[in-house]
Amino acid sequence: MPFSFKKRSVLPGFGLTFGYTLFYLSLIVLIPIGALFLKSSTLTGSEFWATVTAPRVLASYRITFGAAFIAAFFNLFAGLLIAWVLARYEFKGKSILDALVDLPFALPTAVAGIALTTVFSVNGWLGKPLNALGIHVSYTPIGIIVAMIFISLPFMVRTVQPVLEDLEKELEEASATLGATRLQTFRRVILPVLTPSLFTGFALGFARALGEYGSIVFIAGNMPMKTEITPLLIITKLEQYQYAEATAIAAVTLIISFVLLLFINWVQWHNRRKYSL
Amino acid sequence: MPSPISPAPAKNGPEVRQQTPRARMRDAVGEPPWMRRLLIGLAILLISVILLVPLAAVFHQAFAKGVDGYIAAITAPDTLSAIRLTLLACAIAVPFNVVFGVAAAWAIAKFDFKGKNFLITLIDIPFSVSPVIAGLVFILLFGAQGYFGEFLSEHDIQLVFAVPGIVLATIFVTFPFVARELIPVMQAQGTEEEEASISLGADGWKTFWRITLPNIKWGLLYGVVLCNARAMGEFGAVSVVSGHIRGETNTLPLHVEILYNEYDFSGAFAVASLLAFLAVITLIAKKFLERGVRAEIKAAENMVPEQGALHS
Repeated sequence: MPFSFKKRSVLPGFGLTFGYTLFYLSLIVLIPIGALFLKSSTLTGSEFWATVTAPRVLASYRITFGAAFIAAFFNLFAGLLIAWVLARYEFKGKSILDALVDLPFALPTAVAGIALTTVFSVNGWLGKPLNALGIHVSYTPIGIIVAMIFISLPFMVRTVQPVLEDLEKELEEASATLGATRLQTFRRVILPVLTPSLFTGFALGFARALGEYGSIVFIAGNMPMKTEITPLLIITKLEQYQYAEATAIAAVTLIISFVLLLFINWVQWHNRRKYSL
Repeated sequence: MPSPISPAPAKNGPEVRQQTPRARMRDAVGEPPWMRRLLIGLAILLISVILLVPLAAVFHQAFAKGVDGYIAAITAPDTLSAIRLTLLACAIAVPFNVVFGVAAAWAIAKFDFKGKNFLITLIDIPFSVSPVIAGLVFILLFGAQGYFGEFLSEHDIQLVFAVPGIVLATIFVTFPFVARELIPVMQAQGTEEEEASISLGADGWKTFWRITLPNIKWGLLYGVVLCNARAMGEFGAVSVVSGHIRGETNTLPLHVEILYNEYDFSGAFAVASLLAFLAVITLIAKKFLERGVRAEIKAAENMVPEQGALHS
């Protein structure tokens, strides 16, 4: 063979499975996504720019990105703490706690949405005490942040937990033997190993929160300029038959998601090269 | 009588136990007990407030009008038709993605080719696309003003705002689940067993059914469980392509929204409790299957010790 992009193998079925993978991937994912970019190119450059920088659209970016960032930042600490406890300590009920972490993956977002709205409403289990403190969650930006924290928490925990479990005890013992305090060991030995997974968990959670719709629309109040997230704005444009505008906003959101996806893959690739011997 | 080496009396037991060499060793790489208790307490508090309270609220609200109200809500004709449509969408989407997942994992895990990592990234795309956009793309393709809209209306075929659109959107959002779970399992298992089978004269299909499939069954089941949970619960994507016609193009999550927006809160939560119950079952199944998947990867690693020795 003069040139081959595939190494020789005695196993059969490469042509069939590889071909089917490309065919199905194109049909379900690549062509539909391509249609979106094709459609958004029917707008001229200035139309496109005017659409995606309209005040209401900019306000939706601000609230979506701001809330997603705060939620991911909160989960950086909450997720690390939960991952640490699950990876390091033994206690009663640990396996139940561990299983519960995945609840946001398993619970339909609409169910999460109405549940959070009820829990944080003025008379809700958590809303009532918070209200007494003057903190209003439902129908405010805080509600959006709460829903995003709920939806993106497992990404952080499940990214950091395996790294903590694989961490060699000997490194920490060596650090302690050389006279480091526990805090020094954490900062100088454990944290550097964790950093790539913290970045990845942050980016995964952030990306998920950016696109989230179901759990947020119930609790957000959906006031234009104030509590209207970008995915909802896309739906609003669609319902008004402004397809080109909806598509332009979607294209911007999609490009940002892809950049995040590439960033996550880059961190993981970089990390694998750094630590593989 | 306390001897010098036996544990001290119970009264000041903890302090003395801490002075034994083993306990001190543990302390060198661990946190003091009060710190452990504080961290465990904080983790339990966080998980309870963020995750457990909303889950409990679903079941609490579902029975706000008593058992009779609950049964009435979940046996209403619109609810039953929503259940039927949700099951139908799953029954189509999950098998499609299983076939794709197995094919993709076979190509990616059993062969070496250029651009493999790029292909894996492409397969991941639906995970990073907002569900709303997942619905939007099918309207752009098959809607009245879409690229195939004219062709479809000429032939009197309605895809979006109808059941086929719901199925398509469901397939899109659950696209990577099975492939994503199978690829690492099959990569860990390598190709030795399959090569042996082929060299002994078995053909490809026989090798797959007799060798590969038994080796990956837990990983496959794990992927199916995750895929199914997402398929039944998908809201955003399905909401965009559904016609929102009660009793016709309403899935369970969409029906929850309709009831909720009509201020039938106990009805909405009753229907939601069905989905929450499914989520709990999914979590239990996931926990159970994880052990099987780990065993599959571990068994594969033990199979080829020479290779590991060569590389280190």
